Formats: sequence, C-alpha cells, structure tokens
Amino acid sequence: MRTLRFLLQKEFRQIFRNSNILRMIIAMPIIQLLVMPLAADYEIKNIRISLVDHDRSPNSQKLKNKIIASGYFELNDFNVSFDESYEQFQRNNSDLIMEIPKDFEKSLVVDKQANLFIAVNAINGTNATVGSAYLNRIIGSFNRDIRLDWITSNNSVNTATIEVSSLNWFNPFLNYPSFMVPGILVILVTMVGAYMCALNIVKEKEVGTIEQINVTPVKKHHFILGKLIPFWAIGIFVFTLGLFGVAWLVYGIVPLGSLLTLYVFLAIYLIALLGIGLIISTYSNTQQQAMSLAFFCMMVFLLMSGLFTPVDSMPEWAKWIAIANPVTYFIDVVRLVVLKGSGFAALKTQFLIISLMAVFFNTWAVLNYKKTM
Amino acid sequence: MDVVLKNIVKTYNKGKVKAVSDVSFSVEKGELFGLIGPDGAGKTTIFRILATLLLPDEGTASVNGHDAVNDYKEIRKRIGYMPGKFSLYQDLSVEENLNFFATLFNTSIEENYELIRDIYTQIEPFKTRRAGKLSGGMKQKLALCCALIRSPSLLLLDEPTTGVDTVSRKEFWEMLKGLKEQHITILVSTPYMDEATLCDRIALIQDGEILSINSPRKIINQFPDQLYAVKSQKMSRLLADLRQSSTISSCNSFGEYHHITLHQGNTFEMQKKLINEMEHLGHTQIEIKSIAPTIEDCFIKLMS
Repeated sequence: MRTLRFLLQKEFRQIFRNSNILRMIIAMPIIQLLVMPLAADYEIKNIRISLVDHDRSPNSQKLKNKIIASGYFELNDFNVSFDESYEQFQRNNSDLIMEIPKDFEKSLVVDKQANLFIAVNAINGTNATVGSAYLNRIIGSFNRDIRLDWITSNNSVNTATIEVSSLNWFNPFLNYPSFMVPGILVILVTMVGAYMCALNIVKEKEVGTIEQINVTPVKKHHFILGKLIPFWAIGIFVFTLGLFGVAWLVYGIVPLGSLLTLYVFLAIYLIALLGIGLIISTYSNTQQQAMSLAFFCMMVFLLMSGLFTPVDSMPEWAKWIAIANPVTYFIDVVRLVVLKGSGFAALKTQFLIISLMAVFFNTWAVLNYKKTM
Repeated sequence: MDVVLKNIVKTYNKGKVKAVSDVSFSVEKGELFGLIGPDGAGKTTIFRILATLLLPDEGTASVNGHDAVNDYKEIRKRIGYMPGKFSLYQDLSVEENLNFFATLFNTSIEENYELIRDIYTQIEPFKTRRAGKLSGGMKQKLALCCALIRSPSLLLLDEPTTGVDTVSRKEFWEMLKGLKEQHITILVSTPYMDEATLCDRIALIQDGEILSINSPRKIINQFPDQLYAVKSQKMSRLLADLRQSSTISSCNSFGEYHHITLHQGNTFEMQKKLINEMEHLGHTQIEIKSIAPTIEDCFIKLMS
C-alpha cells in the first residue's frame, strides 16, 4: 500500500504540473458540450425546393402553399420548365424538384387520379431521404384533404380514415440536446480516459522511465493500479463537470433516474475503458503509435455505438461490433437513466456486460504487460 | 564473485541479429569492472540481462549468487541500474526524483545520505529544478544519485559518460573511485578507450564477443610488438604511403600521430629504411619515436 501511495502521489504531481492535461480535462468537456449539440442537429429544416408548375390551377396553387407553409421547405425557384430547375440542381442550389404536370387539376377531377413528379438531389443523403419523406407526407395530407372535401360536398356518407397521432415519450418535444448531450458526455469520458491512460504509459516507455521502475521491487499490479486510479478519477471528474456544469446548468437536463446508478455504471465503465487504454499501451512503443491505435479504436467505438445512428438499423455484422463495443452500453445507460429514469433493475444486462468487459480487457492487458520486456 | 556470466547468448529479431554470443566473465566484490567496446558491441545487452530486463537466449547470469532469470526479484532489490539514456522523470524536480526512487526501495534520502553526499552536494543547489532542465553532466549526477540512494551492492552504469563534456567525465570517474572505497561493486561500460585505464579490470568487447579480459596494465603489457609514432607534414598521404611500405606490419591513424608496428628484424635498420622510403616519396619533417601502447592500440590489434 505504501508503494502505491507514492506511485499515486508521483502520478498526480505529474498530471497537475502538466498544464496541457489540465486544460484538456477542464476546457474540453465544456467546449465540446456547448458546441456540438447545438451544431449537430438532426432535424432537417430549410430544404430548398424548386417548383415547376405547368398547370397553374387553384389546386396546384393550394399544394404549393401547403408545402411552403409546412416550414420545412424553402422555395428556391419557381419555374415553367423542368430544365431550368434542373439547372438549379446542377449548381447545387436546390435539394428537391417537384414538377406539377399540365392538366393536374383536370385529371384530378375527371379521372380522380393525378401524377406528380419529384426529383431528389441525393448528394446529401440525409437531406434527400428526409426531404422526400416530408414532401410525400405533405402530398398525402393534401390528397386526403381534397378527397374529404369532395366526399362531404357530394354526399354526406362518412368515410373511414385512419388518423395516426404520435406522442414522443421521455423526450416529448424531441429536444435534440437532451438526446445528444448525454451521448456526447460519454464520448468525452471515453476519449479522455482511453487516450490519456494509453499515452501516459507509453510516454514512460518512450522516455525509458518504465525501465527504472522495472528494476525496482515495485510489483506489476502496483504499477498498473498507480496508472489506472488517477485516470479513473479524472474520468469521474470530467463526467461530473459535464453532467452538472454543462448539461444541467446550460441545457437544463436533470437526470430523472438515480445518480448512484449512473455513477456506479460510470465507475465500472471507466475500469473497462482504462483496460483498453492499457492494452493499447502494451502494443505500442511510441506515443505516435499509441495515438494512431487509440484513434482507430475510438473511431470504431464512436461510430458503432448507436450515438449517431441507431444500432437496430445497422446490418447484422455491424450489430455484432456494436454489441462488443463498451461505448454502446454506456450511451444506452446514460440515455435511459437521464431521460427515462430507469433504475438498476432495468439495467441489469448492461451492468453485467460492462462488468464482464472490465474483467476481460484488464486481464488481457495485464497478461500482455510483461515486466521483462 | 558478485557478478557471474556464463556463455550468454542473446539474439534479436528471432535470431537474425546476434547481439551477444557466448560471453562469459565475472566481477569480484568491490571491483570496478569496465566493458570497453565501440557502439553496437553488445554492452547494453549485457547490462540489460544483468538488470533482469532481458532474458538471455542461452547461458546463465547471476548477481550476488541470484540467478537473473529465476531470482530476478532478489536482484532488483540489490542493483542500481543507470541506463545509457537519461531516464528519470523530466517533469519532477531533482529532489522529487530522488525521493521517489528512495521510497520505492523503502528507504529515504536521510537514511542513505552518506552514500550520495559527495555527489548530491554538487546538484543540491538545483534541487527544486526539474530534472529535464538540468545540463547533461548534472543529469548524469542525478541519475547516479538515484541509482545509489537504494544502497545497492552492485552498480550497473551503462555508458555514463557518453555525451558528457571532458571535465564532467573526469569528475564522474572521480566519483566512481570514491564509491569503490565504499565497497560497492561497479560494472561500467564506455566506448572511450582512455577511460579503460581507470578500471580495475576491463573486458574488451567487439561484435558481441569478448576479445580479452584483464587489468588494463596487463592488457597493455600483452601488446606483442614495439610501437612507434610517426608524423610528417602531410598526414593523410603519409597514412596511405605507410600502408604501402614493405617495412610496416600495422599502421593506424591516432590523431596527431600514426601508430605503426614494424616487421621483425633490426629495428634501427628498419626505421632508417622507412625514413628513407618516406623521404623518397616526398615527405618532409618526418618524426618517428617509440611509444608505449594504449588500450586503443591493444583493441585494434585484438580486432585484426
């Protein structure tokens, strides 16, 4: 215990002496949490639309107004020919073209059927899919409206229509920050923990101080604990700073569930994560190698974690990566606890898996960390 | 015997690079033993095996009777290892470094102050300075202090004077002499041949093989031939001309002079013949004198 105390004392001394690390643990969470949730907004607005109206009838006018009034679309141009609108497409000025054919109203009234043409600029995939989905819904609603109009005016027989109204539970206003902030908090803890832990140990290798430690009677587990504990504490600090300092003060996100559950999970998660940092450090000899390796792992972990894209919509093989990814579980737990207020009982699986991961990664790291290099 | 190496073999890259082949030597208690050899001779590999940081492929090494492979824990309690590269915490101060290494050995600066006093007093004025900001010579002194503070029975000093200025080098060897008086066994390596004479015994090492082990005086005495120093106005041309000459058995450049040995025969006649030959080739102000060989001469002789 005495040895461990001195190792920890030395480690904290070095950390607090390094102004870069201090800046990283204090400024990084605040800045990232302030900037990212506001900028990276999923809700697609201001889809630029080009309208080509060959019909120029009251009904086509009505449809046009309905589209603009929805608030999602911005009329880029109003043309008489498709070619002119296509020109706007080419210049990347518009995302969607809707062409209303000649005799739109006539065929609607006479044939009880009319066609519309929609072209989507798919360079920005999200804009394209979301935009055309919005547009289809608006057209669908327009369609229903006129049918109801005619039915009620011609005869008063009630027609059955299915009305779907949805309610967003746990995040009623689909408030983007309350969904994103907990996720970004997880990323921060993950990056700070894994990077700093891996780089710190590799630095000792690079400078050669690890050899000096190795020729002392310091035990393997003392050395490893001496490295893990400081970064474990820093991880908890960063999370607390983000949760109370930014999420609560700035975004007004108050965790609905118990803080104890959240922090116990965080504690286990950090052990697993630092184990990964340790593994990275055992496989690299220079800080550059460690940095590249950590960067690679982080990219995979973050993109395959369900933070940006839901795990359920991934292909089968990708789901397996997400299942083996510790970040997935933490993001899940943070969202469930903060937004839904889930308790320990509902999170047993996640607790079990992350505990197993903590054991697995650390065993791997310790086995791979050879005292005689 | 404090250190015993028997038939040590160590290769790197799965046997492709041979670092040390069949090295055996032993160091007596309280001895100042020098491993002398150029870069890449295998000195550091031997040190790392003794410091229990490397496992030998073959052979055995022991310190104080403890095997370097099986009893590495015992060895680590007894040695002070100073690697060739400065490897203390650069962001900790002089005092913090010393304190840290003392505590890892369950001791304190006060407890073993006697051991380091002579050296530490020289760096004590800078004890609050970070180790990374010290000059080269001072870094070495601090590293030596950190190796000594644990009160080791064996000091392993891997090239402690490489990259250190002449004055500091001299001071450093003075310190080693002082430590010898405290009955600490010291194994030191150096690429500088002139430092070899300061050791009790030396091992000349080249390409992972030991060429000779003896006291520096005996190694010099074993030099078989009479050695001469030759000088003229055009030294580089002289070297080429001397090597062409039939009278010369060996010729090497040694700074101001070329060191030569002559073939067997009447030395006076041979010298005269050589001078004539060189004058004939256009050399002026030829100077030739007989000298005592240095370790470097012996090393070159053994290498050839």
